[in-house]
Amino acid sequence: MKSMTRFIATIAVTATVATVLVVKLFGTASAQADATVIEPSNVTLEPIQIAQADTGSAGSAGSATPQPAEAPPATGSAAGSAATPATATGAGSDTGPATAGSGSAAGSGSAAATTANAGSGSAAAPAKPVEMAWYDKLVNKPVVEYGNFWMPKSVNTVTDDSDFMFITVLALSTFFFIAIAGAVIYLTVKYRHRPGHKAEPSAAHNDALEVTWTVIPTIICVFLFYYGWRAYIHIVTPPQKAIEINVLARQWSWNFTHSNGVEDSDLHVPVNVPVRLVMTSQDVLHSFYVPVLRTKQDIIPRRYTYVWFNATKPGTYRLDCAEYCGTNHSQMGITGPTPEYPLGRRAVIVVHDPGGYERYLADKAASSQNMEPDKLGAMLYEKKGCVACHTIDGTVRVGPSFAHDFGTEVGLNDGSKVKMDETYIRESILAPQAKARPGFPPSMPSFEGQLKEKEIEGLIAFIKSLK
Amino acid sequence: MATKTKQERNDGPVNEPDYLSINNGKPRWERIKGWLFTLDHKRIGLMYLFGILGALIVGGVFALLVRTELFFPGKTIVDQDTYNKFFTLHGAVMVFLVIIPGIPAALGNIIMPIQLGAPDVAFPRLNLMSFYLWCIGALMLVITIPFGGLDTGWTLYTPYSLKSATPVLIATSGVFVLGFSSIFTGLNFLVTIHKFRPQGMGWFQMPLNIWAIYATAIMQVLATPVLGITVLLLSVERFAHIGIFDPTMGGDPVLFQHFFWFYSHPAVYIMIIPGMGVISELISTFARKPLFGYRFVAYSSVSLALLSFLVWGHHMFVSGQSRLANMVFSALTFSVGIPSAIKVFNWVATLYKGDIRLKTPMLYALSFLLLFTIGGLTGLFLGILSVDVHLHDTYFVVAHFHYVMMGSTLVAFLGALHYWWPKFTGRMYPEQLGKLCSMGVFFGFNLTFLPQFVMGSRGMPRRYWDYDPQYTIFHQLSTIGAFVLGISLFVTVVYLFASFKIGKRAPRNPWGGSSLEWQAPTPPPLYNFEKPPILHELYNYDDLVEVEEDVWERRAPIEAEPEPVPGDAHAHARPESTPAKPVDEATALPGMSEQITEPKAATAVEPPDSTEAETKPERSPIFGKPEDDK
Repeated sequence: MKSMTRFIATIAVTATVATVLVVKLFGTASAQADATVIEPSNVTLEPIQIAQADTGSAGSAGSATPQPAEAPPATGSAAGSAATPATATGAGSDTGPATAGSGSAAGSGSAAATTANAGSGSAAAPAKPVEMAWYDKLVNKPVVEYGNFWMPKSVNTVTDDSDFMFITVLALSTFFFIAIAGAVIYLTVKYRHRPGHKAEPSAAHNDALEVTWTVIPTIICVFLFYYGWRAYIHIVTPPQKAIEINVLARQWSWNFTHSNGVEDSDLHVPVNVPVRLVMTSQDVLHSFYVPVLRTKQDIIPRRYTYVWFNATKPGTYRLDCAEYCGTNHSQMGITGPTPEYPLGRRAVIVVHDPGGYERYLADKAASSQNMEPDKLGAMLYEKKGCVACHTIDGTVRVGPSFAHDFGTEVGLNDGSKVKMDETYIRESILAPQAKARPGFPPSMPSFEGQLKEKEIEGLIAFIKSLK
Repeated sequence: MATKTKQERNDGPVNEPDYLSINNGKPRWERIKGWLFTLDHKRIGLMYLFGILGALIVGGVFALLVRTELFFPGKTIVDQDTYNKFFTLHGAVMVFLVIIPGIPAALGNIIMPIQLGAPDVAFPRLNLMSFYLWCIGALMLVITIPFGGLDTGWTLYTPYSLKSATPVLIATSGVFVLGFSSIFTGLNFLVTIHKFRPQGMGWFQMPLNIWAIYATAIMQVLATPVLGITVLLLSVERFAHIGIFDPTMGGDPVLFQHFFWFYSHPAVYIMIIPGMGVISELISTFARKPLFGYRFVAYSSVSLALLSFLVWGHHMFVSGQSRLANMVFSALTFSVGIPSAIKVFNWVATLYKGDIRLKTPMLYALSFLLLFTIGGLTGLFLGILSVDVHLHDTYFVVAHFHYVMMGSTLVAFLGALHYWWPKFTGRMYPEQLGKLCSMGVFFGFNLTFLPQFVMGSRGMPRRYWDYDPQYTIFHQLSTIGAFVLGISLFVTVVYLFASFKIGKRAPRNPWGGSSLEWQAPTPPPLYNFEKPPILHELYNYDDLVEVEEDVWERRAPIEAEPEPVPGDAHAHARPESTPAKPVDEATALPGMSEQITEPKAATAVEPPDSTEAETKPERSPIFGKPEDDK
């Protein structure tokens, strides 16, 4: 009997200590893991400085999440210094002229903004041929979302309850696991077979015990269910005044349409404003998943599903597809190679500083007007998701590359040949399977009704320019 | 021998040829035909076992390919499309060909009738047919590989499976055929368990393994037809475009998920409940204790089987299903946790005051206890609605169901395989190597899947070919673990097959098991028992004595018969004789004392006519009058 008491006491103490340890681990961020957030192929050291600046400032001041690139043309230096530690201020003022459109300064802008290091930014300047808008620099910022050992940081107020439930169950599970594993190991060692040891008679059943260990888990389960359900109701009930953004998911890219008609392949949202997404799919199932928002919703063709959130911390975060959708499922919205991401960058969600979202809408709308056709085509190539399947450097991804073929004769599935001219490109965009080329899966959707006449012309001009 | 006791009749020399050597001496073709057209449940079960181990190797190779690809972000060895085929085929082969038929069809076929004291299953021809259906279904699944593989995920979600360029029709037809194999097996076992129990074996004298197989059979018969209909509709949709799942024709792709999980959630229990049954046997036998709370464990098997039909919606919390449905399914999901918890507590309590022998099967059983506890507790996270929104379709789910489907079911399957291996092959496996490999499986498994929980809660979605570099270290740990696991399993398969030829001859009862299969000769003859088996008290090990390493015998006859005389063959090896112990003592299991009021416990069932067995081997006589339920 004494050994039995000691046994139960030991098990209880061990389980409690282990539980506390695990939960403690939950609350402690590890600085080391921040470094692993960076793309390994991206050998530049600058993003790591951002990561460190992030952890550093998060410790000192709550609102000081760095937003170095969030520097609007008008109030560039003010926003920069308000949002970031001293190192980033220079970058903030640098980006001011960048958005205004001046050539060489704009080149340095993106590097400087992303790296929070004016010196290395200007060094990288000559390597950047394409001018980049300030909001695109934000998109290309390294994703920093490290929270603690178990989860990325939480950026959504409505899911605090869900995080609390996670910790609660973690503590409960740890306690029960240690108790059960401890009992198994203890009993196995104590009653192991050895010379002279025999099984002792004991009751083969005990109804009181059975009822106890039926009722206790039942009570725990009722509570877990109830609080989980209550938190869930908050997660799925948007407030009345949420702003709405339309989402179209397709193989394998996103299209986000904002209230003023601006379309983009990455999601831009304001901070501390409820956002409701109205989502549908063009082809197969997808799922909208942002780990830092703790929210997820499948997207279904020919039906609308909804998700809402209230992002609390400005920054750039991962936006993933969580429902298997075919070849590039793991790379929804991947871009062509960028200086920051030589292998391409997957879709992100950008939570803007106060005022940033409105500026984004205005600047983005302005930028798509009066564009040269091939520039417009180049933009659409990224934003409409062509880039997921078609390269512009001659290599083959899912579909044929855009490079070099314009004006040549290309073979078709039925064996015939056709000259790749303006008419053929137009037809291939609107009715892709009518004259498909051999060796490629029939996964290209029709863009009928999704592109304006001017945009089709832009794409043709873009493909022409690659010849 | 004039003083021959009933007990000795079952311990005596074996006169009949065992089921493996029944055709020895006949021409080669006759011997092959003897396997291909056999109606013997053990031969059918053994063929199943070979097929399943083959499929396990195929599925395992795909698993290692998947893990190797994930060693680095981006491309490691193959491109996206090939990777998608790898994980699809890994899932489809493992679920449909290995885990679902693993314990019920292979080991259930071999062991269940013997454990029941029956000569065969109720419908031997149906049994053979379900084996051949399994073969056809397996062939159709595997044949997709030369046709370009399958890239839909094993769940075949619409509308992707309607658009996929891979041979989905062949695969769905294969799954359709496999469904029939499963239904027939379930039907066969249901009838067998109802009608073939020997006199004196009421429902609550059945070993828990039989209870588990019974619960499984109910689910196989009731749930699998839904799978059949679902894949049939999917095939017709792909073939004839009827517009039931295709959204462009007004169909509902989410309806497919409902249909699919209405089968596939019970299927999870089709996989795990037989494992639980096996574990009950192993823990009781190797702890030398009656299973604690026998009735609760038996009832929890059946209640799991019934509850499993009500929780399919928890696979679809973020699929766009209504909040009310989500609420109901979440609540019902938690109810499944309770019978599982009861079982775990009872298994642990069985160890108390036991005499625990850490043979290989027991190591697997203890591994099962720990792994199933993790699998079950992580299920709580996913049952909580708000937490599931974050964890759904991440590696957390992957790790959770591998802990249940592999860490529990496959580990139980391995434990069962080692436990009954001597019985149905007549050979012992190498014990030290077995222990080593079981530890390799345990540590390799945990190294593979524990990191996946962390990845999942950090937001790593499943079925990703490319991943965020922050997960690299976890993926690499996981891959290393997968190889440790793979090597351990491969060595296990190799030494098991080697022991078939070179293993030590196995005795009748190497583990001291109390159920009926240990009274049959090793390996059993065609109709399992030469002499009618004697029904002893279930899970009572008092009379069983280890006369030498891995050889157990009952030390006293059950009925009041003359004391063994000096000169008895085994007398020198036995401790001093004690009076026979009537079954209906107060120590009997709950339920037993109500049913067995007179000392009829040691009931012999009628022996099969041995001449008939030789002349008409295709017929299995039903001997003994099955007793109806009390």
